[in-house]
Amino acid sequence: MSKDNKDVLYGLYNDEEELLAAVDQARADHLEIMDVYTPFPVHGLDPKLGLAESRLHIAGFVYGAIGTLTAFLFMTWVFTRDWPIIFGGKPYFSAPAFIPITFELTVLFAAVGMVISFYTVCGMAPGVNNPTLDDRITDDKFCIAFDVTNAEESLQDKLKGFFSQTGAAEVNTKPLPA
Amino acid sequence: MSAVVSPIREPLVTGGKTYHQITEDICSPTERTPSAAWVLAFIVAVTCLALFVFGVAWTVYIGIGSWNLNRTIGWSWDITNFVWWVGIGHAGTLISAILLLFRQRWRTGVNRAAEAMTIFAVICAGQFPLIHMGRIWLAFFIFPYPNTRGPLWVNFNSPLLWDVFAISTYFTVSLLFWYTGLVPDFATVRDRAKGIRRKLYNLLSFGWTGSAKHWQRWESLSLVLAGLATPLVLSVHTIVSFDFATSVIPGWHTTIFPPYFVAGAIFSGFAMVQTLMIMTRKILKLEDYITLEHIESMNKVILVTGTIVGVAYLTELFIAWYSGYIYEQFAFYNRVLGPYYWSYIGMMSCNVLSPQIFWWKSLRRNIFVTFVMSIFVNIGMWFERFVIIATTLARDYLPSSWSYYVPTWVEVIIFIGSLGLFFTLYLIFVRVAPVVAVAEIKSILKAGGDQYIGPNANKQHQTSQEAAQ
Repeated sequence: MSKDNKDVLYGLYNDEEELLAAVDQARADHLEIMDVYTPFPVHGLDPKLGLAESRLHIAGFVYGAIGTLTAFLFMTWVFTRDWPIIFGGKPYFSAPAFIPITFELTVLFAAVGMVISFYTVCGMAPGVNNPTLDDRITDDKFCIAFDVTNAEESLQDKLKGFFSQTGAAEVNTKPLPA
Repeated sequence: MSAVVSPIREPLVTGGKTYHQITEDICSPTERTPSAAWVLAFIVAVTCLALFVFGVAWTVYIGIGSWNLNRTIGWSWDITNFVWWVGIGHAGTLISAILLLFRQRWRTGVNRAAEAMTIFAVICAGQFPLIHMGRIWLAFFIFPYPNTRGPLWVNFNSPLLWDVFAISTYFTVSLLFWYTGLVPDFATVRDRAKGIRRKLYNLLSFGWTGSAKHWQRWESLSLVLAGLATPLVLSVHTIVSFDFATSVIPGWHTTIFPPYFVAGAIFSGFAMVQTLMIMTRKILKLEDYITLEHIESMNKVILVTGTIVGVAYLTELFIAWYSGYIYEQFAFYNRVLGPYYWSYIGMMSCNVLSPQIFWWKSLRRNIFVTFVMSIFVNIGMWFERFVIIATTLARDYLPSSWSYYVPTWVEVIIFIGSLGLFFTLYLIFVRVAPVVAVAEIKSILKAGGDQYIGPNANKQHQTSQEAAQ
């Protein structure tokens, strides 16, 4: 194996309930799971894996607030400073009329910002080639993966024992780019 | 995870599917050579699209004079078509966003195609204001960009400009929401494909792996986008209604317009979803995923929104009389009994009377009746916009400038052509992408599969907690 790769030992399960039980077992055995891959979001998996809640929605709020301020302050500047025009006898600063565009830009900034953040933090983009462990992970297999780069024989045996004990349908090793 | 499902819930996935069968059933239509029905439909759609291109080119070359608009009736088929298409574009985001927030599991069968329909309908809608400008090459004037005329900005107090922002935001957010949902499913197609197809779907799937952390972020993103899209979808048709409601034209200048337009939009959008779904499930053999239960649920929405629209029509008539304002009274007298009385009859019978048959469960679950009704509703909602726009303008304050309007052939082929644009895009979509959200169907299988719930259930869904005990 080249030094740039890491060796991954992974087991495939046929059902998400088996997967959840196996993750519990791995935690009990103090095995360090590298990652879990599933064909659909499995509810209840995140706390078992100890994943912190995503902070994406906080970012979304910030982007939205930027949108609100951009829209409202820009329209205010245009109609009170840059080129004041009277429309229908209303004041230059006619805040209620600014609300629709302010709302739309809030939503636009929040949505676009969050989507860009999502793909950035997940390392995803058009043309990105992330090697996957098994083609059936996006179909009907639930995968638990362990990093076994330079691992001792005893740990490898322990992990294989864990997979057979928890009912993994298949166990394989595969190098992944680190 | 435990699936707590009421015993009276009907199954949402029939046929005792396994996860692999779901993948197989939904992805395989993108992998086969197109069926004869698809090829025929595509030829018809592209022919209509060619009409659209010709009609638009003619309009741009000759000018707006090739339409029958006149000094009195400045908006007619063009804006009618615009509002009609935008309205149709409301169901997708309603299904995907509002029903997601309400945790309605039946949305998973239809959300993908409904969102695609939304995007294509908004594309069609956007054509009409642009070509109505006449000098389409100056269309960028609608955006506030720094220019050499001062800079002279656009009028941010105008509902027409609000519309620009509302429609473009709606289009962008719907597209992002739809595509983010598609990414895991494109990965599923990618992992089944070989050669050039695999490269193509790898490009489309952005390198999705299905990692637990990615799913967590994906769900968080979907939920927040749904939360943002919910007020957005209500705002879009509200703002479209402001195009009329903030004017001083009797018959337009009413506060009932925003809720009435939104209800009408949902009504027409669901009708178009039904039209498309009934054809799609048949041709792609997806009857196990888009079941009678889905069709019945959507028919209930059609019944409710159709009735809301009916109440709005009657309220308008009552308020016109009750206001004691003769111009308002005349506007509505003219709508019902004026020269365009036939379009009022079309609107009332298609939108208010005909959906009432959905009070009967057997008719709600009848596919043929649903299909015919969905066409009726689409026609009725087109008439509604025509009634509001053309009828009102035809009889304004000055009897000397009263006029009548019939479309020219150019306007007719542009409208028919916009249907061609819509169906061309939809037909390409059903060939390229999984029409039903694969990952989401799998995630509701244990709560909605007919082997777990309903009369034929033979498997007990055991949760990991129960198994451990």
